[in-house]
Amino acid sequence: MAETTGIEVQVNGEPLSLPAGSTIVELLQKLSLDSRRVAVELNLRVVPRGEHGAQRLNHGDRLEVVTFVGGGAC
Amino acid sequence: MGSDSLVIAGRELRSRLIVGTGKYPSFQIMSEAHEASGADLVTVAVRRVDLQHRGPENLLDHIDTKRMAILPNTAACYTAEEAVRTARLGREAGLSHWVKLEVIGDEKTLYPDVEGLLAATRTLVKEGFVVLPYTTDDVVVAKKLEDAGAAAVMPLGAPIGSGLGIQNRINIQLVKEAVRVPVIVDAGVGTASDATVAMELGADGVLMNTAIALAKEPVRMATAMRKAVEAGRDAYLAGRIPRKMYASASSPLDGVVGR
Repeated sequence: MAETTGIEVQVNGEPLSLPAGSTIVELLQKLSLDSRRVAVELNLRVVPRGEHGAQRLNHGDRLEVVTFVGGGAC
Repeated sequence: MGSDSLVIAGRELRSRLIVGTGKYPSFQIMSEAHEASGADLVTVAVRRVDLQHRGPENLLDHIDTKRMAILPNTAACYTAEEAVRTARLGREAGLSHWVKLEVIGDEKTLYPDVEGLLAATRTLVKEGFVVLPYTTDDVVVAKKLEDAGAAAVMPLGAPIGSGLGIQNRINIQLVKEAVRVPVIVDAGVGTASDATVAMELGADGVLMNTAIALAKEPVRMATAMRKAVEAGRDAYLAGRIPRKMYASASSPLDGVVGR
């Protein structure tokens, strides 16, 4: 049986491989994202910025990473 | 003249003009237009980070957040659930618990789905949000939104981005009469006189994006809109004369030369 060395998560609908035990901080680093500019939802729950370092990811987790873009209405 | 500032949920705004961040030719022009508008509240959309094509520039780098407060919106949400989810993410991204709530019901007109809007308003108010719902110019819906805890109601003047101006002046006046919370006309403004009309009808403020961003000279239009909103507000407070069917001379009728 193959040993599990990594996990796969979905970020904004795209698959992404990460080392097992990765946190949200590590995910954002891998994506070169400034954590002060984004918000992260993990399995439909918003994870406050202060918890990004402690929040570990599991295989199959679904994440949304959002930021602000220009818009007025719709 | 005493102080006449717009107060929403206890926050005092110096300007009655609220602006957007979409459709500008560049961040630089947007930033200059914001400055010219005098607005101290600016709406932004919440979207997935594009993991493939990430530009070096972030919208927030071009908003003077010391001068302007961020108002995240739920644009393009078609259900209450989507809007609530987006509002929660916007709060986390912007550290602001204010939301311009949109629940859209129709792709062609971008008219609000008022059923979903009411449901989302109730949920978000319970969660401590200051909710500013984009709604129809319908007095019954406005009253229901106020009862649901909305901090302001934002009836449309005309469809989003249409530039048609205030299509139903009576409805805007009826909404203003019916609710105690501020009434912000949101959507439909095409040019400065439209903003003035909205303010003359008694609106407490005007929110616009396209009319400034897609003008040939956005910065100049932002200046025009600032003046238009101020002019309309002053005219409203000053009290217009009644409309009459026939002329009424301004000069004395006595002493006319040769008569």
